[in-house]
Amino acid sequence: MPVTQSDIEKVAQLAHLELGEEELKTFGPQIAEIVAYVEQLNELDTTNVEPAIGGLTPEGERTETTRPDEIFGSLGQKIALAEAPDPAEGHFRVPKVL
Amino acid sequence: MSRQTVEFSINAAEKLNETLNAFLQIDREGALRRAGEIEGSGHGGPLAGIPIAVKDNICVKGLQASCGSKILGHYHPPYNATVIERLTTAGAVIIGKTNCDEFAMGSSNENSAFGPVRNPWDTTRVSGGSSGGSATAVAAGIVPVALGSDTGGSVRQPASLCGVIGMKPTYGRNSRYGLVAFASSLDQVGVFAREVEDVARVLGVIAGRDPQDATTADVPVPDYTASLTGDVKGARIGLPRALFGKGLDDEVKSSVESVVDVYRDLGAEIVDVELPNAGYAIAVYYIIATAEASSNLARFDGVRYGFRAEDAPELRQMYRKTRAEGFGPEVKRRIMLGTYVLSAGYYDAYYRKAQQVRTLIKNDFLKAFASCDAIITPTSPTPAFAIGEKTDDPLAMYLNDIYTVTANLAGIPGISVPCGLSSERLPIGFQLLGPYWSEDQLLKFAHAYEQVKPFTERPPISAS
Repeated sequence: MPVTQSDIEKVAQLAHLELGEEELKTFGPQIAEIVAYVEQLNELDTTNVEPAIGGLTPEGERTETTRPDEIFGSLGQKIALAEAPDPAEGHFRVPKVL
Repeated sequence: MSRQTVEFSINAAEKLNETLNAFLQIDREGALRRAGEIEGSGHGGPLAGIPIAVKDNICVKGLQASCGSKILGHYHPPYNATVIERLTTAGAVIIGKTNCDEFAMGSSNENSAFGPVRNPWDTTRVSGGSSGGSATAVAAGIVPVALGSDTGGSVRQPASLCGVIGMKPTYGRNSRYGLVAFASSLDQVGVFAREVEDVARVLGVIAGRDPQDATTADVPVPDYTASLTGDVKGARIGLPRALFGKGLDDEVKSSVESVVDVYRDLGAEIVDVELPNAGYAIAVYYIIATAEASSNLARFDGVRYGFRAEDAPELRQMYRKTRAEGFGPEVKRRIMLGTYVLSAGYYDAYYRKAQQVRTLIKNDFLKAFASCDAIITPTSPTPAFAIGEKTDDPLAMYLNDIYTVTANLAGIPGISVPCGLSSERLPIGFQLLGPYWSEDQLLKFAHAYEQVKPFTERPPISAS
């Protein structure tokens, strides 16, 4: 399935990326080439092969990952806002949604 | 003693940074203060007073964590990664943050928003990536040890290109809490050093279950230094001959074949093994890693931290402009690829298919390890290439990972060890891959080689 320019534009939209004309022109063929490369996986018969979900080893799968329902420290509002581009009255301020 | 050692490292880091560009931040004041505290208190930790460099995608409280990206160019994390807490408790002194490919995406360190790292063996050449800065800092003798991260080879490959040791442990051995996520099912923090014993010591400090990373496994951490006996008699080393063919540089091939001879002379048995699906690993990797990255990098949107674009009065416009201006081209390419393979209509054809082939690759290794204790391959198909040589062809760049991505896909540990110089005096490394939780064995095998063939060459650009 060859990747088209319209595919690239659609994907950029999904990924919240605003691409310029030049970028679209360069990325299009590059991404198409990579997609064509990965299509070689179709050479393999994977009937009845379980998809690997995540990267856990068997020991990782067996590891207990729940913890007691107890409160432990958190960053707190001041630290949590310390890196914010536009903190305002204890909130992350963002441009309006139209 | 620690203050002097740390000061030496800081001076070297500063002096060589214009030439090598290995560091994005050097913390002279903090590191010297910490060194003084350690000296004064008689800190007895296993890494007391040892200067360490940390890749800039691992959070150190108070220092920057740019991930090599403009989008986090001024970001300072309010917390330490777990591996950093453990290093600090052991007495290590972090002297700075190292340059890397943006969000760990790259094999040359040319994708950093802050300029490429230059190889100390030849500054017209790449250091390898994505942990190029950390590899270079160790190779140039600035620090004895450094941390990096390895998602598809980003510790092992630059280690090979820079002539140092680089190790990626089993998935779940090291905590990823505080490692900025690229591909969550593939990422692991890794260690660089010039001596196997130092890798063993640092790994022993940082490894282990972390309640803050649910993917860490409840597997005890042995004393890795105790495995370094030098005895590999009877060890079975698997040789996948089919992987030593097309695309492999002749000098790298013969260098790694010589390593096989050394192991034979040390009493190891060389066993033929096959990894029939290894040729598909790059395709699998560039579907799975990019898919996971597209999800992990969605958080960089200008809302809570990092760069926010100006002139974007509407929210979604702000997201789009922030990400367009904040991310470099390789990151954008990978986000788009990942979004594409996950999108409706393509998910089964690409992503699910790749997950299935990932199972096949895992099974190849399980089968191979039934007849051997470790598998040997080259780490990189070539020595370091020239800066700019592969930047126009993303796919050509991806093929640098051909020997390393399998370990991340299968979750197995791998170590790269220097084994020689090319005719152009560029380092060559070999890689050992082992079963899950076989770090102690891999370190033993690497150390045994090191004892009989120590890599004593030093690059032209070196701290002194």
